[in-house]
Amino acid sequence: MSEGQPPQRAADEAEPEPAAADRTDEESRSPVTTGAESVVRALERAGVEQLFGVQGGAIMPVYDALYDADLRHVTMAHEQGAAHAADAFGIVSGEPGVCLATSGPGATNLVTGIADASMDSDPMIALTGQVPSEMVGSDAFQETDTTGVTAPVTKENYFADSADSIGDTVGEAFALAGAGRQGPTLVDLPKDITTGPTETEPDEGRTPDTYNPPEAADESAVEEAAGVLARADKPVILAGGGVIKGEASAELYEFATEYGIPVVTTMPAIGAFPEDHDLALEMAGMHGTGYANMAITHCDVLFAVGTRFDDRLTGGVETFAPEAQVIHADIDAAEISKNIHADHPLLGDAGTVIEQVGEALAEERAADMAATGERFAEWREQCRGWKEDYPMDYVAPDDAPLKPQFVVEAVDEATADDTVVTTGVGQHQMWACQYWTYTQPRTWVSSHGLGTMGYGLPAAIGARVAADAVASKKQRADGEAVDDDQSVVCFDGDGSFLMTLQELAVAVRENLDITVFVLNNEGIGMVRQWQDGFFEGRRMASEYPWMPDFATLAEAFGARGFRMEGYDEVEETIEEALAYDGPSIVDAQIDPDENVYPMVPSGGANGQFVLAEEQL
Amino acid sequence: MREGLQGPAPEERPHPTGRRNGQGIRIDPETEAEPDTRRTVLSALVKNEPGVLAKISGLVSRRQFNIESLTVGTTTNPETSRVTVVIEESEPGIRQVETQLAKLVNVISVRELGDDAVGRELVVLKVHGDEPDKVHAVTEMYGGTTLHAGRDTITIEITGDEQTVDDAVDAYQQFGVRELARTGQTALARGGEWTTYAEEERYERMQTQPETNDD
Repeated sequence: MSEGQPPQRAADEAEPEPAAADRTDEESRSPVTTGAESVVRALERAGVEQLFGVQGGAIMPVYDALYDADLRHVTMAHEQGAAHAADAFGIVSGEPGVCLATSGPGATNLVTGIADASMDSDPMIALTGQVPSEMVGSDAFQETDTTGVTAPVTKENYFADSADSIGDTVGEAFALAGAGRQGPTLVDLPKDITTGPTETEPDEGRTPDTYNPPEAADESAVEEAAGVLARADKPVILAGGGVIKGEASAELYEFATEYGIPVVTTMPAIGAFPEDHDLALEMAGMHGTGYANMAITHCDVLFAVGTRFDDRLTGGVETFAPEAQVIHADIDAAEISKNIHADHPLLGDAGTVIEQVGEALAEERAADMAATGERFAEWREQCRGWKEDYPMDYVAPDDAPLKPQFVVEAVDEATADDTVVTTGVGQHQMWACQYWTYTQPRTWVSSHGLGTMGYGLPAAIGARVAADAVASKKQRADGEAVDDDQSVVCFDGDGSFLMTLQELAVAVRENLDITVFVLNNEGIGMVRQWQDGFFEGRRMASEYPWMPDFATLAEAFGARGFRMEGYDEVEETIEEALAYDGPSIVDAQIDPDENVYPMVPSGGANGQFVLAEEQL
Repeated sequence: MREGLQGPAPEERPHPTGRRNGQGIRIDPETEAEPDTRRTVLSALVKNEPGVLAKISGLVSRRQFNIESLTVGTTTNPETSRVTVVIEESEPGIRQVETQLAKLVNVISVRELGDDAVGRELVVLKVHGDEPDKVHAVTEMYGGTTLHAGRDTITIEITGDEQTVDDAVDAYQQFGVRELARTGQTALARGGEWTTYAEEERYERMQTQPETNDD
């Protein structure tokens, strides 16, 4: 992507969306008079139309400036919710989500969400209030060293030190969040700076001149990599989250299908390649499919794009793709050979590099007829065999309790292909990965790297706002009504849902059409599964002997509540919950002893995935 | 009724013969699996801004890199500082420190210096003043400077490469070293070689357009 510009969704590329500044008549707007107004103007110039936040003492001047601005502010119940909502907004829309919080506890409450976005390289910007400059360092009321606290979990953070430059700082933070390897940025805003006088209108946001992410990979490296791929017998493409971040799904599809190379994804890359395609082996790693893990383990060339080789993907590094030469394309040089040595590094934007390798491979093919897609036919057959050997399935008797996988499949069947799925973290998250067929990018919204329980509901709020914003932008760009009512569903666990369910108040207040399926097994199922497998079944603190009635709770919040126990209720309940135009909660009573398989025990070999507890 | 997950058990599946080492490097079973560590000097040109040192030190500490020393000071350009990092790491570790440093927004350029880099560090130490003549002789021998000589103590400065400073400190032990303060290493590339590429570019720019430079 071009430097300093947030990435655009592929659909928007044909007709660029006019910047917010063009939409409203900039001439007619009153000039900025304070730092806070400059902050808001910078957001408008960056094209921001919605933000998520919570009011408070030190951020009040910014909120006051928002009073007159044409921006949608979604007031969240908790700052963590604001950060997750902004994060999800970034994932679904491709443009940095914005969250706001006051100083001290407001800022620290954002930290989990910022860390989450950082681990997943999601574009996000956090604006935090701060005590007045002269009180900084005095342990003043609601003071925290926010830039210090967030330095390890932000791509870059800033302490605004003058009202004249504050708008440009916000513009830079915004541009940086969306450029290169995306990530969260933060601007800490001391109260005297936001109330301070300034007439300086912020410039268009630019990334700093020291920030120069690579665009296209070095040609000779590309040729070398293409040569390696052409000579491969058992190649696999490993698509990482960078494929989605870099809007490279179309290039990936073209490349994989042109050469007939099977595609495995990481969890953040779910949706980057259609899972119903013959070449799709779906997700690899700890709870990945058996066939994906077999293909990774036995491939001779691994073409990895935009992945950081997280340990949940690799298992023990000693046994990860042990026979494979690794071609690793990434926009971040620091990811090359960090966890898995790259024999052939390609630095650059995901889509550009895939195209480059594709072109070089076409030349290779012209030179050597042996290097055609036919060459990999045997290998594809082998992968297909693994699909047959290790099909994704579960045992489902006809009577209760419900199997969670069945619920996921039933919701998938009842919804359109472009439905956005958000999740919390735990067993339900894995079932939502495994038993939903994802066919489009930006429809899978989850907490991957940090594994934040409670992510699902606030993320659904952010995803809903983003889906509506994308539809409305498309409508404005096309000049006609878009018949695009993308659904947003959330799969949550009871333990995960309990952590952030206060955001239900927000969903009701904003009348957001989201449907939450709480896969209720009365406990922290993933911990319970590990305790059963590795701690002799000593279920310390993982079973919740009492759970609120989530259906009644939903009604108390003003949402619709449903309870689902038997298979005969599933279809009708799902239909009714989805049909409700507003937030609804389905409390699905699932088998409390159901486990997630396949599973690669932590640090184990991917090819040694177990299919049942007795294989542990 | 569905059947559940099917397929051969783990031990019944084909097993690859190769493996990787702890750094994720594909290895020949006959060769050494783990790379040795080596000691090297990285020089980073950074923007001279508040908080930059905290960002750099925070980066290296949270990633558990084995840092021997880290020094910082401004350059000929008041807008930039040079950070010199001495690390002892395996080859992949060294590349990681380099690339992680390079991706910090405040960092302009990073480079590993060769073995021939000109490196110096400084120690200020205070010994008992009972034998001033002998202390003076050691100071002369190491080309040091006596900073203060009192009735009870003598304070000396020694500058040199790491080995020289180590040797000097050893030599002073005979008089009883009361306390010492030692800097980390600071270094430049040898001869006409530029320490970081960004400096070369700036120098060239200044040579061709000195009037436009407002530093």
